[in-house]
Amino acid sequence: MRVLRLRLPGKDPVGAPVQVRQVRTRGNGAQVSTDPKVKAEAEVKAEAKETGLPPSSTSTLTSPLVVAASPHVRSQASVSRIMWVVAIALLPALGGSVYFFGLKSLLLVAISVASSMLFDALTQRAFGRKPTPFDGSAAVTGLLLAYNLPPGVPLWMPVVGAAFATVVVKQFFGGLGHNFINPALAARAFLMVSWPTHMTTMWLKPFGTAPLSGIDAVSGATPLAFVRRAAELVPQGMDLNELLRQANSLAELKRLFLGNIGGCLGETSALLLLIGALFLIIIRVVDWRIPVAYIGTVIVLALVLPNNPMTYSFHVLSGGIILGAFFMATDYVTSPVTGKGRIIFGIGCGLITMLIRLYGGYPEGCSYSILLMNVATPLIDRLTRPRLFGAVKKTKAAK
Amino acid sequence: MLTFRGGVHPREDKEATEHKSVEVLPLPARVFIPLSQHTGAPSKAVVAKGSLVKTGTLIGEPAGRISAATHASVSGTVADVSDLPHPLTGRRGPTVVIDSDGADTPDDALGERDYSGFTNEQIVETLRLSGVVGLGGAAFPTYFKLTPPKEKPIDTLLINGCECEPFLTADHRLMLEQPAEMVEGVKIMSRVLGVQNVMIVIEDNKPDAVATMTSAAASSGFKVRKLRTKYPQGAEKQLIKACLKREVPSGGLPMDVGCVVQNVGTALAVRDALRLNRPLYERVTTVTGPAIKEPKNLRVRIGTPVKELLQFCGGYAAEVGKLIMGGPMMGIAVSTDEVPVLKGTSGVLVLDRAATVFDEHDCIRCGRCIEACPMGLAPQRLNNLIRRGQLEAAKAEHVKDCIECGCCAYACPAKIRLVHQFKYAKSELAAMERK
Repeated sequence: MRVLRLRLPGKDPVGAPVQVRQVRTRGNGAQVSTDPKVKAEAEVKAEAKETGLPPSSTSTLTSPLVVAASPHVRSQASVSRIMWVVAIALLPALGGSVYFFGLKSLLLVAISVASSMLFDALTQRAFGRKPTPFDGSAAVTGLLLAYNLPPGVPLWMPVVGAAFATVVVKQFFGGLGHNFINPALAARAFLMVSWPTHMTTMWLKPFGTAPLSGIDAVSGATPLAFVRRAAELVPQGMDLNELLRQANSLAELKRLFLGNIGGCLGETSALLLLIGALFLIIIRVVDWRIPVAYIGTVIVLALVLPNNPMTYSFHVLSGGIILGAFFMATDYVTSPVTGKGRIIFGIGCGLITMLIRLYGGYPEGCSYSILLMNVATPLIDRLTRPRLFGAVKKTKAAK
Repeated sequence: MLTFRGGVHPREDKEATEHKSVEVLPLPARVFIPLSQHTGAPSKAVVAKGSLVKTGTLIGEPAGRISAATHASVSGTVADVSDLPHPLTGRRGPTVVIDSDGADTPDDALGERDYSGFTNEQIVETLRLSGVVGLGGAAFPTYFKLTPPKEKPIDTLLINGCECEPFLTADHRLMLEQPAEMVEGVKIMSRVLGVQNVMIVIEDNKPDAVATMTSAAASSGFKVRKLRTKYPQGAEKQLIKACLKREVPSGGLPMDVGCVVQNVGTALAVRDALRLNRPLYERVTTVTGPAIKEPKNLRVRIGTPVKELLQFCGGYAAEVGKLIMGGPMMGIAVSTDEVPVLKGTSGVLVLDRAATVFDEHDCIRCGRCIEACPMGLAPQRLNNLIRRGQLEAAKAEHVKDCIECGCCAYACPAKIRLVHQFKYAKSELAAMERK
């Protein structure tokens, strides 16, 4: 639109020639300079020079006004506030991780968060963008990245992951808001293919008093890996039925829910993750649609798909589904913007997760399902435009 | 409770003025009356420099099918008729400047009368010549809304007392202070339209107004309905959807779904035009905001420079950042306090400097704008298209259906100037179509 700055110089707005200043802005136009006062004052002076009239008028204003399009009030919500709220909601799970796996968890998380923020800011500076290490987005990426690592990994792994997540996945594509896949998950996938042994065997037993180096404290498989390996274990004399009975038992499910199991740093305790997630849903930072559609699909498929030895609650509670469904699939930037699109997105994640788990080569499909659906997001957005107010009747009238 | 899809809940900020009775602003020494204060063609000046006018004297006659008359708001001498910048658009247009003689002598024609014998045509003509326009903000000529074409039968008249813009309380006060006169105005409009179903709708944040209007309308057969407080409940299309479950078709008007919407203040103006033969030369407006000393509701002559209102309210309380004609969601920011009050000026809002500057971020695709949009648009997507210069694509995605309510930009955590983009796109598209 045309943004207009009017000024009526001279004592008499009728008698005096009136200056109409039309500042025509383009679509990207910020019509108000960062310091409107300075700019407008300079304009007043320039005008006075042009017209020979004093800049004063009968106006009682002491300083120039800001002229911008409506609305003139904005909600309290801001990008950094949202990001930090998400970070806070992730903290209970960190507590659980420290409780179950020892202080090594805290150290890994700290390294991951700090290096994410650092790499993010450094790349922004290198690209001539304004560094925003404290907008919370890099911190959330760092947290999620660490949560996706086995607690026994060496300390350089989160650093490499953070570099990949923030530099390659986020800043190379334009920074916050422009990356097309979730940076933390992309980094996990990157680490997975680059150091598969580290990423799949460095599990710690809960309550292990692992020394900070962690390397020598490797043990036990995750519940999902355990199930996958069941087929190998059977020929060795294990009773398959007994194995499955154990895995599906109430006691085991309780352990899964509380987090007293091997697994990635942040994904073990469903309870603590749900506390944070529920908080985010209540304050409406996270849309319920994606997690509900995701987990709902997992439950339905666990009930109907053939070749599934496990109960649906085992599927929901084991692996990274709770963390993925509530905190990673819901990443604004890489998930659809419409309500309907978010449901489709969630269903897609659930479907791919279950296909990988039951028929694929990995025990866990959560992160790949989300990454694949990230790529489908633009298409989903395109297919799920909101319904225009008054659209139906218009087509009727047109006929 | 009755409502619609989308919308936002901005802080109401009405406490400062909602309990303050309307005060009369002293006569200004000089008024600036633009001849274009309404939707449609500007009126044509019928006075010249030096003409003597009385309060309520016709100074501009309606010119064209959609137009409204303009009247002197004070008695005195016409100081000038010249092209001055319009307070809202900035485009120069004919403006009548009148120096008040301080006597406020009413025009000879003014005075109470019995209009019960008037035909509908006479009533409509009276309204046309009285310059009555919608006082809710858009200033659409009232007579035009009351004369729908035959092929669009009207079955419902909605009287809009929502006043959903934060800060504004002028309509609220009028409902409390002149309910009987208002109901009389509603009767006149329902008679002209020949409709039985009349609903006076008020947001539930004004229970006192609901009570007052209910008792005032008790014997009339008009229904008074409460609506959930939500912005933009008072937008015409949303109001119709909430009350009648009907959707005004894209690009259409309320009359396409058998409905006419009039603001409560307009009902009062209709009554005054018929009963008192008083043209629309004054209105009630809310002067408020954090940067004004004493917020008030004022009865103001059209054409009074805004600075006189502000001075009457004790002057500025802080360094002013923005001066807004209208409410904070849809009002227009002006660059000087010398602009005059217009027929559509429902409020004058003064914001301090801290409240006016927002840091814009890149979109994080949170989807809040889509959730907030009452028109079912995807503001985030439109914004991307417009920034890339793809105006035709934006048109295909219905940017022209945007009602500029501001919900999307209000909700946006990245503080993107979405409405700014849409206004720009709409004006560019309109310019392309004119070619």
